[in-house]
Amino acid sequence: MSENTELPTGSGPVVLHGVGVSPGRVIAPLVHMAPAVAEPPEGEPLTGDAEAAVDRLKSAALAVKAELTERAARARSESAAEVLKATALMAGDRALVKSAGKLVTGQRLSPERALWQAATAYADQMRAMGGYMAERAADIEDVRARIVAQLRGEDAPGVPQRREPFVLVAEDLAPADTAVLDPDVVLALVTESGGPQSHTAILARNLGLPAAVAVEGVLELDAGTAVFVDGAAGTVVASPGEREEAAVAAWRRASEQLAAFDGRGALADGTTVPLLANVGTGDDARAAAAAGAQGVGLLRTEFCFLNRDAEPTVAEQTEAYTEILTAFEGRKVVVRTLDAGADKPLPFLTDATEPNPALGVRGYRTDWTTPGVLARQLEAVAAAERSSGAEVWVMAPMIATVPEAVRFRELATAAGLRVCGVMVETPAAAVTAEQILERVHFVSLGTNDLTQYTMAADRMLGSLAELNSPWQPAVLRMVECVTRGAASAAQRQGAPKNVGVCGEAAADPALAVVLVGLGVDTLSMSARSLAAVAAVLARVDTAQARRLAALALDATSAREAKDAVRAQLPVLDELGL
Amino acid sequence: MTERTATVASRVGLHARPAAIFAEAAGEYENLEITIRSEGEDAEEGMDASSVLSLMSLGASHGDKVVLAAEGDGAEEALEHLAGIIETDLDAD
Repeated sequence: MSENTELPTGSGPVVLHGVGVSPGRVIAPLVHMAPAVAEPPEGEPLTGDAEAAVDRLKSAALAVKAELTERAARARSESAAEVLKATALMAGDRALVKSAGKLVTGQRLSPERALWQAATAYADQMRAMGGYMAERAADIEDVRARIVAQLRGEDAPGVPQRREPFVLVAEDLAPADTAVLDPDVVLALVTESGGPQSHTAILARNLGLPAAVAVEGVLELDAGTAVFVDGAAGTVVASPGEREEAAVAAWRRASEQLAAFDGRGALADGTTVPLLANVGTGDDARAAAAAGAQGVGLLRTEFCFLNRDAEPTVAEQTEAYTEILTAFEGRKVVVRTLDAGADKPLPFLTDATEPNPALGVRGYRTDWTTPGVLARQLEAVAAAERSSGAEVWVMAPMIATVPEAVRFRELATAAGLRVCGVMVETPAAAVTAEQILERVHFVSLGTNDLTQYTMAADRMLGSLAELNSPWQPAVLRMVECVTRGAASAAQRQGAPKNVGVCGEAAADPALAVVLVGLGVDTLSMSARSLAAVAAVLARVDTAQARRLAALALDATSAREAKDAVRAQLPVLDELGL
Repeated sequence: MTERTATVASRVGLHARPAAIFAEAAGEYENLEITIRSEGEDAEEGMDASSVLSLMSLGASHGDKVVLAAEGDGAEEALEHLAGIIETDLDAD
């Protein structure tokens, strides 16, 4: 702080450090994620007129219903809109307002307490019914909190609604919080917790929002304080000065250079590195095609299954996949079969009571407990390939052994699919990549899970962010093991064995150089990152990429690896990456 | 009092989307108090048919029979229309 001693007020910039997960530099006032709504005390009495209190209750419920309905109309995805519409209906539910009203007039409870109690009774009832209904209990509790917040004149829990642009600060963000995040108003995301692979990080990169995670102390900053966020360096500066303003201006100029990707990923010496996109919806697919993606390196098929209490039919799936594949007619699309479990539970497939879902029945393993779903999905993928004209590659998530890979290939072949491979997310698959690749056509490295399993570090825990970095030399050695295995298998069989990366690591331009240097053939990332990765790859040649990869492998820590590589890539600073 | 029994046709039962569609339709009859209950229950057990929470707590599955009841002008037409909704597979599209 010594450099700021010239400021007479003593309130000079406070600099906080975290992990940068999505580049960009902005300055805007800080807004905190609204905290959970506190339960009104048991027996809290009514003050004043009962009839007026019941009226307040009704209008609060209707106001919440109206707000949720309006947000449903603005939601970015159909599934988010469905969730919001269902919640809106509960908020305006006549039976809920009626039973709360009875508690106000009959037991003379405050409207806040009455609503809390009435909603809790419904939630408990749902929970007792078990299964799908039990999951709806959380929706009722969400409505309960929203109506009580409305009665109190507080912000509803979640992302506050504002008209002026702001920097959103939170402990961490869940997918539900971010369903209707408006990138015109929310300029950057900063979380106190969360790692580089957290939902916050993935979402920020998808939206092209600067973001920093694991920023210790950020929750203590006052709302309304102007903050500077550097999403590449991972720093947050409260009460920024001229230097930060200049950095924002420089970023604006640089980002214009990074606006477009010409659809030809290659190194400076002409070696091609196809750059593909990760997509999860039809909208994603069209945006990726428009952004110049050379294909899809990861099509997440969960969108077809989420928010459903039963398996979609083959016809429904075929239609959904065809919509996406059509955007990439004549190009390659790598379809990942259903990856349920862990952070993506599905009521008809996964067991929510597993003590350790990340190590449980997830991904390909759900075929053991619920056989048939995978075969039907493959049937739909094959039908979609035929009607779309895209070149479909299909792969299974969460493979750990050679027999699993063989069984998957048999299922895919039976469905009529020609190119099949597996994801490498487990250290087990990484170290047996050569044996696996003697039996399938390609592998794709899911670096998010590969990092969490190699480092034995939960990817959702902010306190483990440093361990959970794909820059960890141990993770890079896993990647090397896979590319070497692929080279041997290819030589033995006289056929190419493609190694792709579809984890978030591919979106980090410096790490992309290292991955290519390690022998990775293709990189897949959110469409927003294509231009930045392409710009940096175009400035290095094969020899330099190999040299930087060796430098990273020899480092003793993630930080050392990252610093050593970045120091050799002045282009990063030039572009503000 | 007019009553009408209907069999739940939606595969998922009277939950989620089917419940939402039904509750909205029932809510459009503003001057009628329409109730719903499981077949075999007392008429007093009838719950507000326009409440999605009531419908969910009813827990009616595919193939279950429910009884709709209402009194007043247009009750018959209203129940006929609503029974038709219950007897359609609303999760099919």
